[in-house]
Amino acid sequence: MLKFTAEHEWLKLDGDIATVGITAHAAEQLGDLVFVELPEVGAELTKDGNAATVESVKAASDVYAPLDGEVTEVNQAIVDDPSLVNSAPQGAGWFFKLKLKNSADADALMDEAAYKDLIG
Amino acid sequence: MDQSPALKQTPLHALHLSLGAKMVPFAGYDMPVQYPAGVLKEHLHTRSAAGLFDVSHMGQVIVRAASGAYDDAALALEALVPVDILGLKPGRQRYGFFTDDNGGMLDDLMIANRVDHLFVVVNAACKDADVAYMKGNLRNCEVTLLEDRALLALQGPRAEAVLATLWPDAPAARFMDVRDATILGADCIISRSGYSGEDGFEISMPAAKAEEIAKALLGHPDCEAVGLGARDSLRLEAGLCLYGNDIDTTTSPIEASLEWAFQKARKAGGDRAGGFPGADRILEELESGTTRHRVGLKPEGKAPVRAHAQLFADAAGQRHIGEVTSGTFGPSVEGPVAMGYVPSFYREPGTQIYAEVRGKYLPLTIATLPFIKPTYKR
Repeated sequence: MLKFTAEHEWLKLDGDIATVGITAHAAEQLGDLVFVELPEVGAELTKDGNAATVESVKAASDVYAPLDGEVTEVNQAIVDDPSLVNSAPQGAGWFFKLKLKNSADADALMDEAAYKDLIG
Repeated sequence: MDQSPALKQTPLHALHLSLGAKMVPFAGYDMPVQYPAGVLKEHLHTRSAAGLFDVSHMGQVIVRAASGAYDDAALALEALVPVDILGLKPGRQRYGFFTDDNGGMLDDLMIANRVDHLFVVVNAACKDADVAYMKGNLRNCEVTLLEDRALLALQGPRAEAVLATLWPDAPAARFMDVRDATILGADCIISRSGYSGEDGFEISMPAAKAEEIAKALLGHPDCEAVGLGARDSLRLEAGLCLYGNDIDTTTSPIEASLEWAFQKARKAGGDRAGGFPGADRILEELESGTTRHRVGLKPEGKAPVRAHAQLFADAAGQRHIGEVTSGTFGPSVEGPVAMGYVPSFYREPGTQIYAEVRGKYLPLTIATLPFIKPTYKR
């Protein structure tokens, strides 16, 4: 199941594990990324708190935690090559996996159609 | 920043929109920060081929002495600018800055000898103040801001070949030459200069012909439009100061490591030593040095360290020593680059210091500027 946030993140849900990344729309708005900083595995994230940082030549931007949970895995590939986020934002450019505190929290997020309406 | 209802537009505004530029307010103008290619690719294209920049927002100013003599205009401007303007040969330009009574800097500028007058290019954000200042202080001179001209910068290793398709004399010009030229029937003033670290040209032209000339340049397969985003990363890799970031009224030219801009004639013992605002402090600093300096900063990791990051002597952030004034990711360096001010004790290249970024103290090394090897055609 694919869910979206108003902060332009996607979550792919598999039981109580959510794979999290930024949307193609967000990647395009940010431009070519040159630096990615990911959370530590084991970090406890709080919804809307800082989870990661991405930087283009121009500016640094925060990536927020979409829901409460614990980081179980991070995608080192985008740290080594941030351009992966631009080339495959909703695939190989994923950011981290989150073990959700309450998997029912995800129900409140947007589905793909609602997200598409949001970004016009 | 104020929500200005009426941002000014350059003569190329419609062209920027048609090219799909992302527009942002800059110094009161609606300016292209990037085109669809994006900052990274625009930067790299400029270093590998040629980039065309709209810098029409900058102030183009004519200074003409009432006597009609170049020397009189030059001597008048030397009272405000501490570089050798009298000694500038016809058809040549050089870098300078307006200093204030405290030895700080009011703006930086390019100054050209145009045989019987001076042609001066100043920063967009300062141009109204600069023009008022010159009108009030240049004795027996007429100061005219050219409102009906555009300014384009064409930069990169293919700039000469691109421009030569419209101006066959381009290859004959050397770095900092300023020539008259006719392009597509328009009277242009072309200098072989720029602010990217690359060989290139700045072309002043009538506003009415700007779009036609820009389109002709962009019609060359090696030439792409480049926005203010890449202009900033290019100039930073080239170690060039941005007024308002790296230099301002709180920095003296010597603190800013701009000693190279002073010629012998204006220094102590020179024919026209001093005689500019803040001369006591600046000449003293030229002789004896100062306590802090603008330096290049090379972050050791991959994280960009940006303007206003605080600098520390130690990894624990106990001893604060300065601040980053410009910082980004350098696409050609393939890593982060920055500039900032540190006490003299830390200025030696190779010295390790630390910058606070998101609560961490990241190591960086004092680096020799520029970060890239400039390709000016001297």
